[in-house]
Amino acid sequence: MALRRPSTLRRILTVDLPMAAILTFTLGPYLWMFLTSVSNEDTLFTEGPSLAGASVANYVRLFETVGFGSNLMDSLIVSAGTVAVGLSLSVTAAYAFSRFNFPGKRLLMLQFLLINMFPLVLLILPLFVLFRVLGLLDTHAALIIANSTVAIPFSIWMMVSYMNGIPRSLDEAAMTDGCTRLQALVRVVLPLCLPGIIATGIYIFITSWNEYLYALTLGGRNVRTITVAVQTLIGEYEVQWGLLTAGGITGALPATLLFLLVQKRLISGLTQGAVKG
Amino acid sequence: MTDATMTHAQTPGGSLPRRSLSRRVLPYAMLSPAVLVTLAIVFLPMIQTAWMSLHDYVLFRPNDFEWVGLQNFRTALADEVFWISLGHTVIWMAATIPAQLLLGLATAMLLNQHFPWRPLARALIIIPWALPSVVIALMWVWIYDSNYGVANEFLLRLGLIRQAIPWLADPDTALGAIILTLTWQGFPFFAVMILAGLQSIPKSYYEAASIDGASAWRQFWHITLPGISGVMMTAVLLRLIWVANSFDVIFVMTGGGPGYATYTLPLYAFVKARTNLDFGYGSAIAVLFTMLLMVVVVIYLRRTGKAVE
Repeated sequence: MALRRPSTLRRILTVDLPMAAILTFTLGPYLWMFLTSVSNEDTLFTEGPSLAGASVANYVRLFETVGFGSNLMDSLIVSAGTVAVGLSLSVTAAYAFSRFNFPGKRLLMLQFLLINMFPLVLLILPLFVLFRVLGLLDTHAALIIANSTVAIPFSIWMMVSYMNGIPRSLDEAAMTDGCTRLQALVRVVLPLCLPGIIATGIYIFITSWNEYLYALTLGGRNVRTITVAVQTLIGEYEVQWGLLTAGGITGALPATLLFLLVQKRLISGLTQGAVKG
Repeated sequence: MTDATMTHAQTPGGSLPRRSLSRRVLPYAMLSPAVLVTLAIVFLPMIQTAWMSLHDYVLFRPNDFEWVGLQNFRTALADEVFWISLGHTVIWMAATIPAQLLLGLATAMLLNQHFPWRPLARALIIIPWALPSVVIALMWVWIYDSNYGVANEFLLRLGLIRQAIPWLADPDTALGAIILTLTWQGFPFFAVMILAGLQSIPKSYYEAASIDGASAWRQFWHITLPGISGVMMTAVLLRLIWVANSFDVIFVMTGGGPGYATYTLPLYAFVKARTNLDFGYGSAIAVLFTMLLMVVVVIYLRRTGKAVE
Protein backbone atom coordinates (compact mmCIF):
# COMPACT_ATOMS: atom_id res chain seq x y z
CA MET A 1 0.00 0.00 0.00
CA ALA A 2 2.88 2.29 0.77
CA LEU A 3 4.19 1.79 -2.73
CA ARG A 4 1.40 3.57 -4.57
CA ARG A 5 -0.74 6.07 -2.75
CA PRO A 6 -3.81 6.89 -4.80
CA SER A 7 -4.86 10.50 -5.15
CA THR A 8 -7.67 11.88 -3.02
CA LEU A 9 -9.99 12.38 -5.97
CA ARG A 10 -9.54 8.81 -7.05
CA ARG A 11 -10.16 7.62 -3.52
CA ILE A 12 -13.40 9.61 -3.32
CA LEU A 13 -14.63 8.13 -6.59
CA THR A 14 -13.71 4.52 -5.88
CA VAL A 15 -14.15 4.30 -2.11
CA ASP A 16 -16.13 7.10 -0.51
CA LEU A 17 -18.92 7.31 -3.07
CA PRO A 18 -19.65 3.57 -3.30
CA MET A 19 -19.45 3.33 0.48
CA ALA A 20 -21.90 6.21 0.83
CA ALA A 21 -24.25 4.49 -1.63
CA ILE A 22 -24.17 1.25 0.36
CA LEU A 23 -24.72 3.11 3.62
CA THR A 24 -27.69 4.93 2.09
CA PHE A 25 -29.17 1.56 1.16
CA THR A 26 -28.45 0.28 4.67
CA LEU A 27 -29.76 3.20 6.68
CA GLY A 28 -32.32 4.60 4.25
CA PRO A 29 -35.24 2.39 5.29
CA TYR A 30 -34.56 3.08 8.96
CA LEU A 31 -34.33 6.84 8.47
CA TRP A 32 -37.43 6.77 6.29
CA MET A 33 -39.29 5.00 9.09
CA PHE A 34 -38.09 7.61 11.58
CA LEU A 35 -39.10 10.45 9.28
CA THR A 36 -42.56 8.97 8.87
CA SER A 37 -42.97 8.60 12.61
CA VAL A 38 -42.36 12.29 13.34
CA SER A 39 -44.32 13.58 10.36
CA ASN A 40 -47.62 15.32 10.76
CA GLU A 41 -50.35 12.68 10.38
CA ASP A 42 -52.68 15.08 8.52
CA THR A 43 -50.29 15.79 5.70
CA LEU A 44 -48.54 12.40 5.63
CA PHE A 45 -50.58 11.02 2.76
CA THR A 46 -51.00 14.21 0.81
CA GLU A 47 -47.46 15.54 0.95
CA GLY A 48 -45.47 12.55 2.14
CA PRO A 49 -43.21 12.37 5.18
CA SER A 50 -41.32 15.55 5.94
CA LEU A 51 -39.57 17.26 8.79
CA ALA A 52 -41.72 20.37 8.40
CA GLY A 53 -44.13 20.44 11.32
CA ALA A 54 -42.43 17.45 12.94
CA SER A 55 -43.94 16.33 16.22
CA VAL A 56 -43.78 13.52 18.73
CA ALA A 57 -47.58 13.19 18.73
CA ASN A 58 -47.37 9.62 17.45
CA TYR A 59 -45.08 8.60 20.28
CA VAL A 60 -47.33 10.18 22.88
CA ARG A 61 -50.29 8.32 21.46
CA LEU A 62 -48.32 5.11 21.45
CA PHE A 63 -47.80 5.23 25.20
CA GLU A 64 -51.06 6.87 26.22
CA THR A 65 -53.69 5.09 24.17
CA VAL A 66 -52.02 1.96 22.85
CA GLY A 67 -50.21 1.20 26.12
CA PHE A 68 -46.73 0.49 24.85
CA GLY A 69 -45.31 1.01 28.34
CA SER A 70 -46.43 -2.36 29.65
CA ASN A 71 -45.17 -4.07 26.48
CA LEU A 72 -41.74 -2.55 27.03
CA MET A 73 -41.85 -3.83 30.60
CA ASP A 74 -42.70 -7.37 29.46
CA SER A 75 -39.86 -7.32 26.97
CA LEU A 76 -37.49 -6.06 29.65
CA ILE A 77 -38.45 -8.82 32.11
CA VAL A 78 -38.17 -11.56 29.51
CA SER A 79 -34.85 -10.33 28.13
CA ALA A 80 -33.25 -9.74 31.53
CA GLY A 81 -34.48 -13.15 32.70
CA THR A 82 -33.00 -14.85 29.65
CA VAL A 83 -29.67 -13.10 30.21
CA ALA A 84 -29.61 -14.29 33.84
CA VAL A 85 -30.46 -17.89 32.93
CA GLY A 86 -28.19 -18.01 29.89
CA LEU A 87 -25.12 -16.59 31.60
CA SER A 88 -25.42 -18.41 34.93
CA LEU A 89 -25.84 -21.82 33.34
CA SER A 90 -23.02 -21.40 30.88
CA VAL A 91 -20.17 -19.97 32.99
CA THR A 92 -19.08 -23.25 34.56
CA ALA A 93 -19.70 -25.17 31.34
CA ALA A 94 -17.56 -22.75 29.35
CA TYR A 95 -14.80 -23.03 31.95
CA ALA A 96 -14.87 -26.82 31.75
CA PHE A 97 -14.63 -26.68 27.94
CA SER A 98 -11.85 -24.14 28.05
CA ARG A 99 -9.64 -25.69 30.73
CA PHE A 100 -10.10 -29.47 30.74
CA ASN A 101 -9.59 -32.28 28.32
CA PHE A 102 -12.00 -35.10 28.94
CA PRO A 103 -13.61 -37.92 26.98
CA GLY A 104 -16.62 -36.68 25.02
CA LYS A 105 -15.53 -33.03 25.04
CA ARG A 106 -15.71 -32.57 21.30
CA LEU A 107 -19.07 -34.30 21.07
CA LEU A 108 -20.54 -32.17 23.84
CA MET A 109 -19.24 -28.94 22.29
CA LEU A 110 -20.65 -29.84 18.89
CA GLN A 111 -23.89 -30.78 20.58
CA PHE A 112 -24.21 -27.21 21.84
CA LEU A 113 -23.41 -25.90 18.38
CA LEU A 114 -25.99 -28.21 16.85
CA ILE A 115 -28.78 -26.87 19.07
CA ASN A 116 -28.53 -23.45 17.47
CA MET A 117 -28.96 -24.97 14.02
CA PHE A 118 -32.25 -26.68 14.66
CA PRO A 119 -35.22 -24.94 13.10
CA LEU A 120 -37.34 -23.01 15.52
CA VAL A 121 -40.51 -24.71 14.25
CA LEU A 122 -39.17 -28.00 15.52
CA LEU A 123 -39.17 -26.62 19.08
CA ILE A 124 -42.05 -24.21 19.07
CA LEU A 125 -44.79 -26.85 18.63
CA PRO A 126 -43.73 -29.17 21.49
CA LEU A 127 -42.94 -26.23 23.79
CA PHE A 128 -46.45 -24.93 23.21
CA VAL A 129 -47.95 -28.32 24.06
CA LEU A 130 -45.66 -28.68 27.09
CA PHE A 131 -46.38 -25.23 28.51
CA ARG A 132 -50.10 -25.76 27.99
CA VAL A 133 -49.95 -28.88 30.13
CA LEU A 134 -47.82 -27.14 32.77
CA GLY A 135 -50.06 -24.05 32.72
CA LEU A 136 -47.12 -21.85 31.81
CA LEU A 137 -48.60 -20.31 28.67
CA ASP A 138 -48.76 -16.53 28.75
CA THR A 139 -46.18 -16.18 31.55
CA HIS A 140 -42.76 -14.58 31.55
CA ALA A 141 -41.22 -17.91 32.56
CA ALA A 142 -42.42 -19.56 29.34
CA LEU A 143 -40.71 -16.96 27.18
CA ILE A 144 -37.54 -17.03 29.27
CA ILE A 145 -37.32 -20.82 28.92
CA ALA A 146 -37.99 -20.66 25.18
CA ASN A 147 -35.37 -17.95 24.62
CA SER A 148 -32.88 -19.90 26.71
CA THR A 149 -32.87 -22.67 24.12
CA VAL A 150 -30.89 -20.26 21.96
CA ALA A 151 -29.15 -18.26 24.67
CA ILE A 152 -27.44 -21.11 26.56
CA PRO A 153 -25.56 -22.69 23.65
CA PHE A 154 -24.68 -19.30 22.22
CA SER A 155 -23.21 -17.96 25.44
CA ILE A 156 -21.27 -21.18 26.04
CA TRP A 157 -19.58 -20.81 22.67
CA MET A 158 -18.86 -17.13 23.13
CA MET A 159 -17.48 -17.60 26.63
CA VAL A 160 -15.26 -20.51 25.64
CA SER A 161 -13.66 -18.24 23.06
CA TYR A 162 -13.14 -15.45 25.62
CA MET A 163 -11.79 -17.84 28.28
CA ASN A 164 -9.40 -19.43 25.81
CA GLY A 165 -7.86 -15.99 25.50
CA ILE A 166 -6.88 -15.97 29.18
CA PRO A 167 -3.64 -17.87 29.86
CA ARG A 168 -3.96 -21.04 31.87
CA SER A 169 -0.88 -20.11 33.83
CA LEU A 170 -3.02 -17.60 35.73
CA ASP A 171 -5.35 -20.31 37.09
CA GLU A 172 -2.34 -22.44 37.90
CA ALA A 173 -0.71 -19.62 39.82
CA ALA A 174 -3.90 -19.07 41.80
CA MET A 175 -4.15 -22.76 42.62
CA THR A 176 -0.51 -22.90 43.69
CA ASP A 177 -1.39 -20.12 46.10
CA GLY A 178 -4.06 -22.35 47.61
CA CYS A 179 -7.20 -21.57 45.60
CA THR A 180 -9.51 -24.38 44.61
CA ARG A 181 -10.64 -24.72 41.01
CA LEU A 182 -13.87 -22.87 41.65
CA GLN A 183 -12.09 -20.10 43.51
CA ALA A 184 -9.66 -19.74 40.63
CA LEU A 185 -12.61 -19.47 38.27
CA VAL A 186 -14.46 -16.91 40.39
CA ARG A 187 -11.50 -14.80 41.49
CA VAL A 188 -9.19 -14.92 38.49
CA VAL A 189 -10.86 -16.01 35.27
CA LEU A 190 -14.27 -14.36 35.64
CA PRO A 191 -12.98 -10.86 36.42
CA LEU A 192 -10.61 -11.08 33.47
CA CYS A 193 -13.29 -12.06 30.97
CA LEU A 194 -15.88 -9.71 32.42
CA PRO A 195 -15.92 -7.53 29.28
CA GLY A 196 -16.60 -10.64 27.21
CA ILE A 197 -19.33 -11.77 29.60
CA ILE A 198 -20.98 -8.37 29.42
CA ALA A 199 -20.87 -8.39 25.62
CA THR A 200 -22.36 -11.89 25.56
CA GLY A 201 -25.06 -10.82 28.01
CA ILE A 202 -25.93 -7.81 25.91
CA TYR A 203 -26.12 -9.92 22.79
CA ILE A 204 -28.50 -12.34 24.53
CA PHE A 205 -30.53 -9.37 25.67
CA ILE A 206 -30.78 -8.05 22.11
CA THR A 207 -31.79 -11.39 20.59
CA SER A 208 -34.43 -11.96 23.29
CA TRP A 209 -35.69 -8.42 22.86
CA ASN A 210 -35.98 -8.95 19.10
CA GLU A 211 -37.50 -12.43 19.33
CA TYR A 212 -40.96 -12.63 17.85
CA LEU A 213 -42.26 -16.13 17.07
CA TYR A 214 -41.94 -17.59 20.57
CA ALA A 215 -43.42 -14.42 22.01
CA LEU A 216 -46.36 -14.66 19.63
CA THR A 217 -47.03 -18.36 20.24
CA LEU A 218 -46.26 -18.71 23.94
CA GLY A 219 -47.29 -15.24 25.11
CA GLY A 220 -50.78 -13.82 25.14
CA ARG A 221 -52.96 -11.24 26.78
CA ASN A 222 -50.91 -10.90 29.97
CA VAL A 223 -47.44 -11.12 28.54
CA ARG A 224 -47.15 -9.29 25.27
CA THR A 225 -43.65 -8.29 24.29
CA ILE A 226 -42.82 -5.27 22.21
CA THR A 227 -42.36 -7.25 18.99
CA VAL A 228 -45.81 -8.80 19.27
CA ALA A 229 -47.23 -5.39 20.14
CA VAL A 230 -45.71 -3.89 16.99
CA GLN A 231 -47.14 -6.70 14.90
CA THR A 232 -50.56 -6.24 16.52
CA LEU A 233 -50.39 -2.55 15.62
CA ILE A 234 -50.01 -3.50 11.96
CA GLY A 235 -53.30 -5.36 12.17
CA GLU A 236 -55.23 -2.83 14.22
CA TYR A 237 -54.08 0.51 12.84
CA GLU A 238 -53.59 -0.60 9.29
CA VAL A 239 -53.22 2.71 7.51
CA GLN A 240 -51.98 4.88 10.37
CA TRP A 241 -48.40 4.71 9.29
CA GLY A 242 -47.28 7.50 11.59
CA LEU A 243 -48.29 5.48 14.63
CA LEU A 244 -46.99 2.21 13.17
CA THR A 245 -43.55 3.58 12.40
CA ALA A 246 -43.36 5.21 15.83
CA GLY A 247 -43.97 1.74 17.25
CA GLY A 248 -41.23 0.34 15.05
CA ILE A 249 -38.71 2.95 16.15
CA THR A 250 -39.59 2.47 19.81
CA GLY A 251 -39.27 -1.30 19.52
CA ALA A 252 -35.94 -1.13 17.72
CA LEU A 253 -34.26 1.63 19.69
CA PRO A 254 -33.07 -0.23 22.83
CA ALA A 255 -31.53 -3.06 20.82
CA THR A 256 -29.91 -0.69 18.33
CA LEU A 257 -28.32 1.47 21.02
CA LEU A 258 -27.05 -1.53 22.99
CA PHE A 259 -25.67 -3.04 19.84
CA LEU A 260 -23.74 0.06 18.85
CA LEU A 261 -22.33 0.11 22.36
CA VAL A 262 -20.77 -3.34 22.29
CA GLN A 263 -20.44 -4.09 18.61
CA LYS A 264 -16.67 -4.00 18.48
CA ARG A 265 -16.06 -6.60 21.16
CA LEU A 266 -19.00 -8.67 20.02
CA ILE A 267 -17.89 -8.84 16.43
CA SER A 268 -14.38 -9.86 17.39
CA GLY A 269 -15.86 -12.69 19.49
CA LEU A 270 -18.25 -13.75 16.73
CA THR A 271 -15.72 -13.71 13.93
CA GLN A 272 -12.83 -15.29 15.80
CA GLY A 273 -14.13 -18.81 15.31
CA ALA A 274 -14.96 -18.14 11.69
CA VAL A 275 -11.56 -16.78 10.77
CA LYS A 276 -9.78 -19.67 12.37
CA GLY A 277 -12.12 -22.29 10.90
CA MET B 1 -2.47 -31.44 27.61
CA THR B 2 -1.56 -28.84 30.20
CA ASP B 3 -3.89 -30.61 32.60
CA ALA B 4 -1.74 -33.69 32.63
CA THR B 5 1.30 -31.74 33.74
CA MET B 6 -0.77 -29.84 36.26
CA THR B 7 -1.94 -33.04 37.95
CA HIS B 8 1.63 -33.93 38.72
CA ALA B 9 2.52 -30.45 39.82
CA GLN B 10 -0.16 -30.25 42.46
CA THR B 11 -0.21 -33.73 43.95
CA PRO B 12 2.08 -33.20 46.94
CA GLY B 13 -0.13 -33.55 50.00
CA GLY B 14 -3.61 -35.01 49.27
CA SER B 15 -4.07 -38.60 48.24
CA LEU B 16 -3.49 -39.21 44.56
CA PRO B 17 -6.43 -41.52 43.75
CA ARG B 18 -9.07 -39.22 45.25
CA ARG B 19 -7.64 -36.20 43.55
CA SER B 20 -7.59 -37.84 40.19
CA LEU B 21 -11.15 -39.11 40.62
CA SER B 22 -12.45 -35.65 41.47
CA ARG B 23 -10.34 -34.30 38.62
CA ARG B 24 -12.04 -36.66 36.22
CA VAL B 25 -15.51 -35.89 37.54
CA LEU B 26 -15.07 -32.15 37.88
CA PRO B 27 -15.51 -31.15 34.21
CA TYR B 28 -18.68 -33.20 33.96
CA ALA B 29 -19.99 -31.71 37.18
CA MET B 30 -19.34 -28.23 35.82
CA LEU B 31 -21.08 -29.09 32.56
CA SER B 32 -24.08 -30.81 34.10
CA PRO B 33 -26.31 -27.76 34.72
CA ALA B 34 -26.12 -26.59 31.12
CA VAL B 35 -26.36 -30.10 29.69
CA LEU B 36 -29.33 -31.11 31.84
CA VAL B 37 -31.26 -27.93 31.08
CA THR B 38 -30.68 -28.23 27.35
CA LEU B 39 -31.73 -31.87 27.50
CA ALA B 40 -34.96 -30.80 29.15
CA ILE B 41 -35.80 -27.78 27.02
CA VAL B 42 -34.30 -28.73 23.65
CA PHE B 43 -33.79 -32.44 23.15
CA LEU B 44 -36.90 -33.74 24.90
CA PRO B 45 -39.17 -31.32 23.02
CA MET B 46 -37.48 -32.36 19.79
CA ILE B 47 -38.21 -36.01 20.47
CA GLN B 48 -41.75 -34.98 21.26
CA THR B 49 -42.04 -33.33 17.83
CA ALA B 50 -40.94 -36.56 16.20
CA TRP B 51 -43.45 -38.44 18.36
CA MET B 52 -46.28 -36.04 17.49
CA SER B 53 -45.48 -36.37 13.80
CA LEU B 54 -46.42 -40.05 14.01
CA HIS B 55 -49.85 -39.26 15.43
CA ASP B 56 -53.06 -37.71 14.28
CA TYR B 57 -53.04 -34.80 16.70
CA VAL B 58 -55.28 -31.79 16.29
CA LEU B 59 -55.23 -29.44 19.23
CA PHE B 60 -58.97 -28.80 19.46
CA ARG B 61 -59.49 -32.54 19.89
CA PRO B 62 -56.95 -32.96 22.72
CA ASN B 63 -58.08 -36.44 23.70
CA ASP B 64 -57.56 -37.76 20.21
CA PHE B 65 -53.94 -38.80 19.97
CA GLU B 66 -54.12 -41.64 17.52
CA TRP B 67 -51.07 -43.49 16.23
CA VAL B 68 -50.98 -43.24 12.44
CA GLY B 69 -47.39 -44.27 11.74
CA LEU B 70 -45.94 -42.54 8.71
CA GLN B 71 -49.33 -41.37 7.42
CA ASN B 72 -48.51 -37.67 8.00
CA PHE B 73 -45.32 -38.01 6.00
CA ARG B 74 -47.11 -39.73 3.14
CA THR B 75 -49.70 -36.95 3.13
CA ALA B 76 -46.94 -34.33 3.06
CA LEU B 77 -45.17 -35.90 0.10
CA ALA B 78 -48.46 -35.93 -1.82
CA ASP B 79 -49.32 -32.40 -0.69
CA GLU B 80 -49.00 -29.80 -3.43
CA VAL B 81 -48.41 -26.99 -0.96
CA PHE B 82 -45.51 -28.92 0.55
CA TRP B 83 -43.74 -28.98 -2.81
CA ILE B 84 -44.57 -25.33 -3.52
CA SER B 85 -43.11 -24.38 -0.14
CA LEU B 86 -40.02 -26.50 -0.71
CA GLY B 87 -39.54 -24.85 -4.12
CA HIS B 88 -39.80 -21.39 -2.57
CA THR B 89 -37.36 -22.34 0.17
CA VAL B 90 -34.83 -23.35 -2.50
CA ILE B 91 -35.40 -20.25 -4.70
CA TRP B 92 -35.27 -18.06 -1.67
CA MET B 93 -31.95 -19.46 -0.47
CA ALA B 94 -30.45 -19.58 -3.95
CA ALA B 95 -31.25 -15.90 -4.50
CA THR B 96 -30.69 -14.42 -1.04
CA ILE B 97 -27.37 -16.01 -0.09
CA PRO B 98 -25.40 -15.07 -3.26
CA ALA B 99 -26.86 -11.56 -3.17
CA GLN B 100 -25.86 -11.15 0.46
CA LEU B 101 -22.44 -12.62 -0.23
CA LEU B 102 -21.64 -10.35 -3.18
CA LEU B 103 -22.91 -7.19 -1.51
CA GLY B 104 -21.15 -8.18 1.70
CA LEU B 105 -17.90 -8.84 -0.16
CA ALA B 106 -18.05 -5.45 -1.91
CA THR B 107 -18.80 -3.72 1.38
CA ALA B 108 -15.97 -5.51 3.16
CA MET B 109 -13.48 -4.58 0.43
CA LEU B 110 -14.54 -0.94 0.73
CA LEU B 111 -14.36 -0.99 4.51
CA ASN B 112 -10.86 -2.40 4.25
CA GLN B 113 -9.65 0.74 2.40
CA HIS B 114 -8.39 3.83 4.16
CA PHE B 115 -10.80 6.74 4.27
CA PRO B 116 -11.45 9.31 6.97
CA TRP B 117 -14.90 8.18 8.14
CA ARG B 118 -14.16 4.47 8.13
CA PRO B 119 -14.90 3.86 11.86
CA LEU B 120 -18.29 5.50 11.47
CA ALA B 121 -19.16 3.50 8.35
CA ARG B 122 -18.08 0.31 10.08
CA ALA B 123 -20.31 0.99 13.07
CA LEU B 124 -23.37 1.97 11.03
CA ILE B 125 -23.26 -0.80 8.43
CA ILE B 126 -24.23 -3.42 10.97
CA ILE B 127 -27.48 -1.75 12.09
CA PRO B 128 -29.93 -3.84 10.00
CA TRP B 129 -28.59 -6.91 11.71
CA ALA B 130 -29.52 -5.62 15.17
CA LEU B 131 -33.10 -4.69 14.32
CA PRO B 132 -36.05 -6.85 15.40
CA SER B 133 -37.41 -8.78 12.42
CA VAL B 134 -40.89 -7.43 13.12
CA VAL B 135 -39.61 -3.88 12.75
CA ILE B 136 -37.77 -4.84 9.55
CA ALA B 137 -40.98 -6.33 8.19
CA LEU B 138 -42.96 -3.27 9.23
CA MET B 139 -40.67 -0.77 7.58
CA TRP B 140 -40.43 -2.69 4.34
CA VAL B 141 -44.20 -3.12 4.20
CA TRP B 142 -44.35 0.66 4.46
CA ILE B 143 -41.73 1.05 1.72
CA TYR B 144 -43.58 -1.38 -0.55
CA ASP B 145 -47.01 0.14 0.20
CA SER B 146 -48.95 0.28 -3.06
CA ASN B 147 -50.49 3.72 -2.48
CA TYR B 148 -47.97 5.72 -0.49
CA GLY B 149 -44.85 3.57 -0.52
CA VAL B 150 -41.56 5.22 -1.32
CA ALA B 151 -40.49 2.35 -3.61
CA ASN B 152 -43.27 3.06 -6.08
CA GLU B 153 -42.75 6.79 -5.93
CA PHE B 154 -39.02 6.44 -6.49
CA LEU B 155 -39.43 4.14 -9.49
CA LEU B 156 -42.25 6.24 -10.96
CA ARG B 157 -40.15 9.38 -10.81
CA LEU B 158 -37.24 7.60 -12.46
CA GLY B 159 -39.65 6.43 -15.12
CA LEU B 160 -38.79 2.78 -14.57
CA ILE B 161 -42.42 1.80 -14.03
CA ARG B 162 -45.56 3.30 -15.53
CA GLN B 163 -47.94 2.76 -12.62
CA ALA B 164 -47.71 1.88 -8.96
CA ILE B 165 -47.17 -1.81 -8.31
CA PRO B 166 -48.69 -3.54 -5.27
CA TRP B 167 -45.38 -5.30 -4.55
CA LEU B 168 -46.51 -7.57 -1.73
CA ALA B 169 -50.03 -8.21 -3.00
CA ASP B 170 -48.98 -9.36 -6.45
CA PRO B 171 -47.98 -13.05 -6.51
CA ASP B 172 -45.37 -12.34 -9.19
CA THR B 173 -43.44 -9.75 -7.22
CA ALA B 174 -44.06 -10.78 -3.59
CA LEU B 175 -41.26 -13.35 -3.31
CA GLY B 176 -38.78 -11.02 -5.02
CA ALA B 177 -39.73 -8.14 -2.72
CA ILE B 178 -39.12 -10.33 0.32
CA ILE B 179 -35.80 -11.53 -1.09
CA LEU B 180 -34.65 -7.91 -1.35
CA THR B 181 -35.67 -7.28 2.26
CA LEU B 182 -33.74 -10.31 3.47
CA THR B 183 -30.70 -9.35 1.44
CA TRP B 184 -30.80 -5.98 3.11
CA GLN B 185 -31.08 -7.61 6.52
CA GLY B 186 -28.31 -10.15 6.06
CA PHE B 187 -25.52 -8.63 4.01
CA PRO B 188 -23.92 -6.73 6.93
CA PHE B 189 -23.21 -10.10 8.53
CA PHE B 190 -21.18 -11.14 5.49
CA ALA B 191 -19.46 -7.76 5.36
CA VAL B 192 -18.30 -8.04 8.95
CA MET B 193 -17.15 -11.65 8.65
CA ILE B 194 -15.32 -11.07 5.37
CA LEU B 195 -13.72 -7.89 6.70
CA ALA B 196 -12.23 -9.90 9.56
CA GLY B 197 -10.87 -12.34 6.98
CA LEU B 198 -9.42 -9.54 4.84
CA GLN B 199 -7.60 -8.10 7.81
CA SER B 200 -5.93 -11.41 8.51
CA ILE B 201 -4.17 -11.39 5.11
CA PRO B 202 -0.59 -10.11 5.56
CA LYS B 203 0.07 -6.81 3.77
CA SER B 204 3.44 -8.10 2.57
CA TYR B 205 1.67 -10.43 0.11
CA TYR B 206 0.24 -7.44 -1.73
CA GLU B 207 3.53 -5.57 -1.63
CA ALA B 208 5.37 -8.53 -3.09
CA ALA B 209 2.71 -8.90 -5.78
CA SER B 210 2.90 -5.22 -6.78
CA ILE B 211 6.66 -5.45 -7.05
CA ASP B 212 6.20 -8.38 -9.38
CA GLY B 213 3.83 -6.22 -11.40
CA ALA B 214 0.58 -8.07 -10.68
CA SER B 215 -2.53 -6.09 -11.63
CA ALA B 216 -5.19 -5.25 -9.02
CA TRP B 217 -7.46 -7.89 -10.51
CA ARG B 218 -4.78 -10.57 -10.34
CA GLN B 219 -4.01 -9.60 -6.77
CA PHE B 220 -7.67 -9.98 -5.89
CA TRP B 221 -7.91 -13.33 -7.65
CA HIS B 222 -4.69 -14.86 -6.32
CA ILE B 223 -4.26 -13.30 -2.89
CA THR B 224 -7.55 -11.90 -1.61
CA LEU B 225 -9.94 -14.65 -2.65
CA PRO B 226 -7.82 -17.57 -1.39
CA GLY B 227 -7.23 -15.62 1.82
CA ILE B 228 -10.90 -15.19 2.60
CA SER B 229 -12.34 -18.37 1.10
CA GLY B 230 -12.41 -20.11 4.47
CA VAL B 231 -14.35 -17.31 6.12
CA MET B 232 -16.70 -17.02 3.17
CA MET B 233 -17.46 -20.73 3.27
CA THR B 234 -18.20 -20.62 6.99
CA ALA B 235 -20.35 -17.52 6.57
CA VAL B 236 -22.30 -19.06 3.69
CA LEU B 237 -23.00 -22.25 5.63
CA LEU B 238 -24.05 -20.36 8.75
CA ARG B 239 -26.23 -18.08 6.70
CA LEU B 240 -27.81 -20.94 4.74
CA ILE B 241 -28.90 -22.50 8.00
CA TRP B 242 -30.05 -19.20 9.40
CA VAL B 243 -31.96 -18.03 6.32
CA ALA B 244 -33.61 -21.42 5.90
CA ASN B 245 -34.76 -21.41 9.51
CA SER B 246 -36.05 -17.90 9.85
CA PHE B 247 -39.50 -17.12 8.62
CA ASP B 248 -40.58 -14.32 10.95
CA VAL B 249 -40.00 -11.56 8.39
CA ILE B 250 -42.13 -13.37 5.81
CA PHE B 251 -44.76 -14.23 8.38
CA VAL B 252 -45.23 -10.58 9.31
CA MET B 253 -44.88 -9.18 5.79
CA THR B 254 -47.23 -11.44 3.88
CA GLY B 255 -48.21 -14.34 6.15
CA GLY B 256 -47.24 -16.57 3.21
CA GLY B 257 -49.61 -14.95 0.75
CA PRO B 258 -50.91 -13.87 -1.65
CA GLY B 259 -52.17 -17.39 -2.07
CA TYR B 260 -49.15 -19.58 -1.48
CA ALA B 261 -46.78 -17.18 -3.25
CA THR B 262 -44.40 -16.71 -0.32
CA TYR B 263 -44.83 -19.99 1.57
CA THR B 264 -41.62 -21.64 2.73
CA LEU B 265 -41.36 -24.96 4.55
CA PRO B 266 -40.90 -23.73 8.12
CA LEU B 267 -43.64 -21.18 7.55
CA TYR B 268 -45.97 -23.89 6.26
CA ALA B 269 -45.31 -26.06 9.32
CA PHE B 270 -45.92 -23.10 11.61
CA VAL B 271 -49.11 -21.99 9.87
CA LYS B 272 -50.48 -25.56 9.83
CA ALA B 273 -50.02 -25.78 13.58
CA ARG B 274 -51.02 -22.23 14.41
CA THR B 275 -54.11 -21.69 12.30
CA ASN B 276 -55.29 -25.23 11.65
CA LEU B 277 -54.07 -26.43 15.07
CA ASP B 278 -52.95 -29.58 13.26
CA PHE B 279 -49.89 -30.32 15.38
CA GLY B 280 -49.40 -33.82 14.00
CA TYR B 281 -49.10 -32.70 10.40
CA GLY B 282 -47.20 -29.53 11.31
CA SER B 283 -44.67 -31.63 13.22
CA ALA B 284 -44.26 -33.97 10.26
CA ILE B 285 -43.39 -31.03 7.97
CA ALA B 286 -41.01 -29.64 10.59
CA VAL B 287 -39.28 -33.03 10.83
CA LEU B 288 -38.98 -33.34 7.03
CA PHE B 289 -37.58 -29.83 6.80
CA THR B 290 -35.07 -30.53 9.56
CA MET B 291 -33.88 -33.64 7.79
CA LEU B 292 -33.23 -31.65 4.60
CA LEU B 293 -31.45 -28.94 6.55
CA MET B 294 -29.25 -31.45 8.34
CA VAL B 295 -27.27 -31.93 5.13
CA VAL B 296 -25.97 -28.36 5.40
CA VAL B 297 -25.60 -28.60 9.17
CA VAL B 298 -23.45 -31.73 8.95
CA ILE B 299 -21.10 -30.03 6.47
CA TYR B 300 -20.80 -27.07 8.81
CA LEU B 301 -20.21 -29.21 11.88
CA ARG B 302 -17.47 -31.16 10.16
CA ARG B 303 -15.65 -27.93 9.37
CA THR B 304 -16.08 -26.56 12.88
CA GLY B 305 -15.29 -29.93 14.43
CA LYS B 306 -11.87 -29.75 12.86
CA ALA B 307 -11.35 -26.26 14.26
CA VAL B 308 -12.34 -27.38 17.77
CA GLU B 309 -9.67 -30.09 17.84
